Amino acid sequence: MIPLLAAGLLYLMASQARHAENPRDKLLPTPTAMVEAVQLMAKVDPLTGHAPLLVDTLASLERIGLALVIATALSLILGLGLGLLPLLRAKFGPLVAAIAVVPPIAVLPILFIVFGLGETAKIALIVIGVTPVMVRDLAAHVAAIPEEQLVKAQTLGSSTWQLALRVALPQAMPRLIDSLRLSLCPAWVYLISAEAIAADTGLGYRIFLVRRYLSMDIILPYVVWISLLAVAMDVTLKLIARRAYPWAYPERGR
Amino acid sequence: MGGLLTFRNVWVEYGDKVVLENVDLSIQQGSFVSIVGPSGAGKSTFLRLIIGQEKPTRGAIDLDGDKLRAEPGPDRGVVFQKYSVFPHLSARDNVVFGLDCAGSPLLGKLSGARRRAALDEADAMLAAVGLADSRDLYPAKMSGGMQQRLAIAQALIRKPRILLLDEPFGALDPGVRLDMHELITSLWRDNGLTIMMVTHDIKEAFKLGTRVLAFDKRRRDPHAPHRYGATAVYDFPLDKPGAVGPEALAGLGK
Repeated sequence: MIPLLAAGLLYLMASQARHAENPRDKLLPTPTAMVEAVQLMAKVDPLTGHAPLLVDTLASLERIGLALVIATALSLILGLGLGLLPLLRAKFGPLVAAIAVVPPIAVLPILFIVFGLGETAKIALIVIGVTPVMVRDLAAHVAAIPEEQLVKAQTLGSSTWQLALRVALPQAMPRLIDSLRLSLCPAWVYLISAEAIAADTGLGYRIFLVRRYLSMDIILPYVVWISLLAVAMDVTLKLIARRAYPWAYPERGR
Repeated sequence: MGGLLTFRNVWVEYGDKVVLENVDLSIQQGSFVSIVGPSGAGKSTFLRLIIGQEKPTRGAIDLDGDKLRAEPGPDRGVVFQKYSVFPHLSARDNVVFGLDCAGSPLLGKLSGARRRAALDEADAMLAAVGLADSRDLYPAKMSGGMQQRLAIAQALIRKPRILLLDEPFGALDPGVRLDMHELITSLWRDNGLTIMMVTHDIKEAFKLGTRVLAFDKRRRDPHAPHRYGATAVYDFPLDKPGAVGPEALAGLGK
């Protein structure tokens, strides 16, 4: 907390110094200017009938939310399959590894051409960006379940299906949530990149739009807002994982 | 020979490496067979054969007069030194797992009255191994001795024809080990189990077993040590416990 406050204080001092020299400085806006800008963005625009801040937030959250749901579902299915079935791993493991190496942003033009400039391309970019890493992480985790456990389950009469459902799946879930949390940051990067290039709403679209007017008084609060949203998602996932899978997070020290 | 488990001229080879040669044994129902021998003498391979993780290259293994299925199944229970219990299930759910698998092929989990009956059965089993008060604990919260008690309860719930123990007490403190000796002896006696136990501890082998098998290589070729496999070089039936002492094995492995 203290470093954060110190950074804020440093900013205030720098901002004040610049404004003392040039009252119309745009690079380091004062807190008052930022509050006014946010109020303006949060108000309904009579021309469009929407409040930009709300519309941007909803659009971005919808894109990233949908993309993460798809990515997580894909990762769960592929990760369990690759982790549990050596034959599948031998056939498709290298393919996933190869796809994971392709920089997703380099694929973006292809996505725009194939899916058009609409929502699909942006969601596809995030999915393509985070899924391979999550699949590989989960597959490695599932493959590392000790053989003793699998044999034990079989000696208790477990079929392969029951083994996947009752042994592998529950042990994969907390790991999947952890890897989803780690994927939040790249997911936001891909979202904002896609929005910056082609969009008409979205948090990333807005900050790249107002950049043309050097509107730091809008950009800075938006960046803080994006960070807050990312932190909120991270904390929510963390709480869900600890509540649903308490065995995976034994308390340290007795 | 009419034993519960018979080995007829069993060989295990990997390529030109011979691991087990000419194993010819008959295990009687109700016996407690200890298996000792130096490292690399095929004890583990012998156990893996019985579990079904491994197939004999030559020869035949019969269980109850039928050919032994070469995959793990509920007729052979097993307790490993480590990783025998499922970390994501409470003690009670660990024990119920076998009943869940037997009763619910699709979901792998019983429900309603059948689940309650299964839970009662599991509670009785937990009480039998002295874990009645720990039924809601996850394995991570249990000591090594408690985890092995749980692994035994879990293996016994499906009433296996043979219980296989792979160095089950190897990682435990001496005091805890003595408690476990008492537990396994009384379970064996009260339930008429047939037990096969691999151990490094020769004293333990003679203390618990009604029969001690010592595995080693009968012949050695210094130029091609892998060309000769191990087999049961000593076979001590202990009619009265303590009739043959550990000193009888003093010459082993020389």
